[in-house]
Amino acid sequence: MVEFTPKAAGTVPPAEVPDVELYHPKSWWTKYVFSQDAKIIAIQYSGTAILIGLVALVLSWLMRLQLGFPDTFSFITVEAYYQFITMHGMIMVIYLLTALFLGGFGNYLIPLMIGARDMAFPYVNMLSFWIYLVAVLVLVASFFAPGGPTGAGWTLYPPQAILSGTPGGQEAGILLMLSSLVLFIIGFTMGGLNYAVTVLQCRTRGMTLMRMPLTIWGIFTATVMALLAFPALFVAGVMMLFDRLVGSSFFMPALVELGERLDYGGGSPILFQHLFWFFGHPEVYIVALPAFGIVSDLISVHARKNIFGYRMMVWAIVIIGGLSFIVWAHHMYVSGMNPWFGFFFATTTLIIAIPTAIKVYNWVLTLWRGDIHFTLPMLFALAFIVTFLNGGLSGLFLGNVVVDVPLSDTMFVVAHFHMVMGVAPIMVIFGAIYHWYPKITGRMLDETMGRIHFWVTFVGSYAIFFPMHYVGLVGVPRRYNELGDLLFVPPSIADLNAFISIAALIVGAAQMVFLFNLLWSLRHGKEAGGNPWRAASLEWQTPATPPEHGNWGKSLPVVYRWAYDYSVPGAKEDFIAQNDPWPEEPERSPA
Amino acid sequence: MYFAVVLVILVLGSVAFHLLSPWWMTPIASNWGYIDDTLVITFWITGAVFAAVTLFMAYCLFRFRHREGSKAAYEPENKKLEIWLTAATTVGVAALLAPGLYVWSQFINVPDDAGEIEVVGLQWQWNFRLPGEDGVLGTSDTHLITFENPLGLNPDDPNSADDVIIEADDLHLEIGKPVKILLRSIDVLHDFYVPEFRAKMDLIPGTVTYFWITPTRTGEFEILCAELCGVGHAFMRGLVLVDTTEDYQAWLEEQLTFAELTGDASVKTASRSGL
Repeated sequence: MVEFTPKAAGTVPPAEVPDVELYHPKSWWTKYVFSQDAKIIAIQYSGTAILIGLVALVLSWLMRLQLGFPDTFSFITVEAYYQFITMHGMIMVIYLLTALFLGGFGNYLIPLMIGARDMAFPYVNMLSFWIYLVAVLVLVASFFAPGGPTGAGWTLYPPQAILSGTPGGQEAGILLMLSSLVLFIIGFTMGGLNYAVTVLQCRTRGMTLMRMPLTIWGIFTATVMALLAFPALFVAGVMMLFDRLVGSSFFMPALVELGERLDYGGGSPILFQHLFWFFGHPEVYIVALPAFGIVSDLISVHARKNIFGYRMMVWAIVIIGGLSFIVWAHHMYVSGMNPWFGFFFATTTLIIAIPTAIKVYNWVLTLWRGDIHFTLPMLFALAFIVTFLNGGLSGLFLGNVVVDVPLSDTMFVVAHFHMVMGVAPIMVIFGAIYHWYPKITGRMLDETMGRIHFWVTFVGSYAIFFPMHYVGLVGVPRRYNELGDLLFVPPSIADLNAFISIAALIVGAAQMVFLFNLLWSLRHGKEAGGNPWRAASLEWQTPATPPEHGNWGKSLPVVYRWAYDYSVPGAKEDFIAQNDPWPEEPERSPA
Repeated sequence: MYFAVVLVILVLGSVAFHLLSPWWMTPIASNWGYIDDTLVITFWITGAVFAAVTLFMAYCLFRFRHREGSKAAYEPENKKLEIWLTAATTVGVAALLAPGLYVWSQFINVPDDAGEIEVVGLQWQWNFRLPGEDGVLGTSDTHLITFENPLGLNPDDPNSADDVIIEADDLHLEIGKPVKILLRSIDVLHDFYVPEFRAKMDLIPGTVTYFWITPTRTGEFEILCAELCGVGHAFMRGLVLVDTTEDYQAWLEEQLTFAELTGDASVKTASRSGL
C-alpha cells in the first residue's frame, strides 16, 4: 500500500477561465423547448432516445416471438422480420445508445463535472438536439412509408440494400434510413464539437485534465472518436444514396438480378463494408467508453473508495480509443477481403484486449478493501462488470480470425455483441440514471421498484444471452426468420429458443416498471437533498438541486483535488469534495 | 450480499451449462479440426478468466460489504500489481493469438494438389461448376449471363466446353481430396456455409473469393447462406454430398457439361474420369 500524507492535492493554477455571459431565457418556450441550457437539452435528448428505444424494445419482442414460436404469428412475415431486425439494430446502436450517452449524459454531466456554466456553444448545442429529433422523425416515418422501413440488416450492405429482393430496397425505406443517418451525423457533429471544446476550454480553476472524473474522460474520448468515425458512415450513406437515386456505381458491380441485367458496373460492395466498419468498430467504443467512465465513478462512490489506478484508467481509455480505429476489419474476416489482412486485424484486435482487461481488473480491485454499499447504482455497476466481462471474453473467440470462421454470422455473434455492447452499456445507463436522477430532479427513484427492475433485468438478460452463444455454436445462422428442418440442428434448439424468447418478454416487461418509476418518483420520490450519495465530484456540490441555469450561482467553484478522495485517512468524513481545500484554508474565489 | 451469492451461482451455472447441455458444435466433416481445437483452447482460457474474476468479485462483495462503522482503505495505485497484471494478460492474449494465426496461415494457403470447383450464388439458389476433364475452369463474366447460359461462361474459351454445370442441384465432393472452392455471385452478397466443414466465406458480386477444405467424412451436409441476401435468405439451401471415390465417379458420369447443355455438338464430351 502507498504511504499517504494528507494534503490538498497539488497547487491550483491561476484563474484562466473567465466567467461567461449566458443567454437567459425570456419565455416558457425558450426556457423549456428551444432551450440553450445543456441540462434541458440533456433531458430532451434522453427523453427522445428512450422513446425511440421503446420502439426498438417492442421490435425485439416481435423478433423473439417469431424465433421462439415460429409459424404462430402470421403477421410477422419474412419482410416484416427483416424490417424488425434492421430497425431494432439501428435504433439501439445509433439513436438510443449513442444519443443517450453523448447527447444525454454528455450534456448533463460535462458542464457540471468540470465546473462550467454551460457548453461552449449553447446555441449550436440546441440545434444539435433539434436536428437529432428530425433524424428520429425521418426514421419513424419509414414505418409509415409505402413498402415500410428497410430490411437490409443494420449493416445496410449493398448491393442487396438497394435492390428489390430486400424490403424497402426499391421503395422509400432505404432512402429514409440513409437520410436519417446523414441528419443524425450532422446533428451529432454540432453536439460533439461542443462536448470536445467544452472539456478542453471550459474547465474551472484547478480542474486539470488529470483531475477530471473518468466519466468525463470516457465521454470526451468517445466524442473525439465519434467526430473522426461518423464521417466514414456519412460518405458511405451519401454514396449509397447516389447509387440508388442517380445510378452511380460506387458500391455496385455488374449484376443480374432475378434474370435481369441491371445498369450498374464497376463498383465495389466491399468498399462499403470497409467504410461502414471504419465507423462501426469505433462506434462500439463510442458506446463503451462513456459506459467505462461512468461505471468507474459509480463503483468508486458506492464502494467509498478511490478508483484503483486512476492514471492507468485514463490511459487505457485513450489507448482503447486509438486502437479501435485499426481493428475494423475483424468484422470482415469472411467477407472475402484479402485474407492476409486477417493477420494484422487479429493481432490489433487481441491487443485491444489488454487495456480493456486492465479496466476490468481495476474495477474489481476498487472493490477490494472497499466499504461496499449495495445501492441501486452499485448493483447495476456490478452487473455491468459481469456482463461486460462475459461479452468481452466471447470477443476473444471472434477476434481471433480463424476461430471466427465457424462462428461468424451465427447466433454466437448475436449473443456476443448483445452482451458486450447491448446489455453491459445499458446496465450502466440504468445505474447512471438511478445515480444522477436525484441531482436532475431533487428526488430519489423508488427503491423497491428499482430492485425489482434490477434483478429481473440482470438475471433475465443473462438467461437470454448466455445460452444464445450455444445456439450459435451448434451452427444456427443469424438473420434467419425461421430455421425449418436442418439436419445438424437438434430439435431441442427449438425449446431453447422458446426459453430465450420468454426470458426476453419478461425482461422487456421489467423495463415498464423502470419507466413507471421514472415518472412516479418525479412527484412521490423521497427528497434527495444536494448530495445523497455523499459523492466527491463537482456536480454534487452545486448550490441548488436541481442546478439552475448557469449551474454555480454567483461564482465558479475552485477545484483542489481529484474526484476520488474517499475514505482518506484523517479526514472528517469518508469523502472530500473536489472543491474542498482540506486540510488547507479555502482560497478566495476569483469572482 | 445477495449479489455475491448470485455471482457464485452464475459461475457454477454457466460452467454446468457448458459441460452438461447437449448443445455443441456439430461433428466435423473436414480437415479443420485445428479450428475446433483453437476454439476449445479459447473456451478454457476465457472460461478460467471469467470464473476467476467473477469469483474474486463475489469474495470482495461478501468480505467488504458495508457494515456499521466499516471504512474503506485508501489505495490510489499499486504499480507493481498493475504491471504484473498487464504482463499476465499479455501472455494470455499471446497464448490465444499464436495458435489462431498459425491455423489462419494454413487456412489461407491452399495446397498445391487441391482441385478447383466453383460455387455460384444468386437469389436464392446455389449453382456449381466443376472444371471437367481439362481440370481448368473456363472464364466467365456477368455480362454473358443468359437464360441458356445462367452462369455466364465464356463460350469462346476452350476451357469452358467441358465444365460441368450443376444448376440448383446437389454438389458432390470426393472424400480425402483437397478442394479449393471458388466463390462467385451474380447479384448480391451470399455466404457459402456448411456447418460441418467449419470454413465459410462470402460471395461477392464482381469478385471471386475462395477457401479450401478436405472432406473427411462421407455423408449429406446442408449448405446454408450465412450473409443476409434478401427475403429468401433463410431458404437459400443446398446439399453437398461427400462420396467415396466410386460413388463420386458414378455421379460425375451423369452430369452434363456446358457444351452438352448449350447443344454445341462441335465440342466432344469425353469421359470425365480424369477428374
